[in-house]
Amino acid sequence: MRVFTILALALAVGLGTALAPFASSSPDGLQTVASRTAFVDRGHSHEAPVAGYAFPGIRDARLATGLSGFTGTVAVFLVGYGVAALMRRRTT
Amino acid sequence: MHIPDGFLSAEVAAACAVPAAGAVAYGLRRASRELDERRVPVLGVTAAFVFAAQMLNFPVAGGTSGHFLGAALAAILLGPWLACVVMSVVLVVQSFVFADGGVTALGANVLNMGVIGALVVGGLMLAARSVLPRRRGVLLAVSAGGAWLAVMAGATACSLELALSGTVPLGTVLPPMLGVHALIGVGEGIITAAAVSALLVARPDVVPATNPLPDPAVA
Repeated sequence: MRVFTILALALAVGLGTALAPFASSSPDGLQTVASRTAFVDRGHSHEAPVAGYAFPGIRDARLATGLSGFTGTVAVFLVGYGVAALMRRRTT
Repeated sequence: MHIPDGFLSAEVAAACAVPAAGAVAYGLRRASRELDERRVPVLGVTAAFVFAAQMLNFPVAGGTSGHFLGAALAAILLGPWLACVVMSVVLVVQSFVFADGGVTALGANVLNMGVIGALVVGGLMLAARSVLPRRRGVLLAVSAGGAWLAVMAGATACSLELALSGTVPLGTVLPPMLGVHALIGVGEGIITAAAVSALLVARPDVVPATNPLPDPAVA
């Protein structure tokens, strides 16, 4: 399982880091529908450390997205692994 | 399909948060009963893959993009209840770290993009297992079809929540939501079936549906 975990995590981090900067920046399904049916202005975003996947302090937009993808993928892995490790079955 | 703050009324947001939290809490309880130590990394890796793949927006018709949601894949690999845990981890990090999806809308987003899809696909897998032969082709067809259905169910729930909030009439929002997500769902189906197919080749033991023993996490 260790080899699988490392390879699968490497794939996920690779996708999030290298491919995410080249993803489509068009609005998603809900945003498009919200614009066309005129309720998009009701939405507002909140303060967050890396709001909009733009890593702070990085000027290059693609680099900022890639760094966000790297950070987020690793963070989600650690949180998911941590929650699972804490909650897993214990055989006594 | 991440709902930002401001789209939903407080009542609807709260009414969504209750079942979402309940499903995640139940998922955590199931984990403490059934999640084997050796499968702990699978949960972490699935969450990481879902997060990364969600960043990869692909263009669909008319200047719109869509992205993978992942509830179907998580439900196939981990069962519907652990999938709820996986999806809530992804959506919580997205909301609090990246401002993707509102904080007050978090319950609705966990419900629409996690719980509903996970339960739809979990139910479908259970039904398929009892009536269809346990073959690779069957599993892939159920993966693709289930993933599409999960996206459509999530889009329907999202539309209902917007309508109940008084944001937009249901008749106005539901048809375009289903129209665009019918296309996004095809992407979801392709990615889900491709991921399951790749795992069946590389690590079939990670896909419990192929195990000869019944998987307790699905039942």
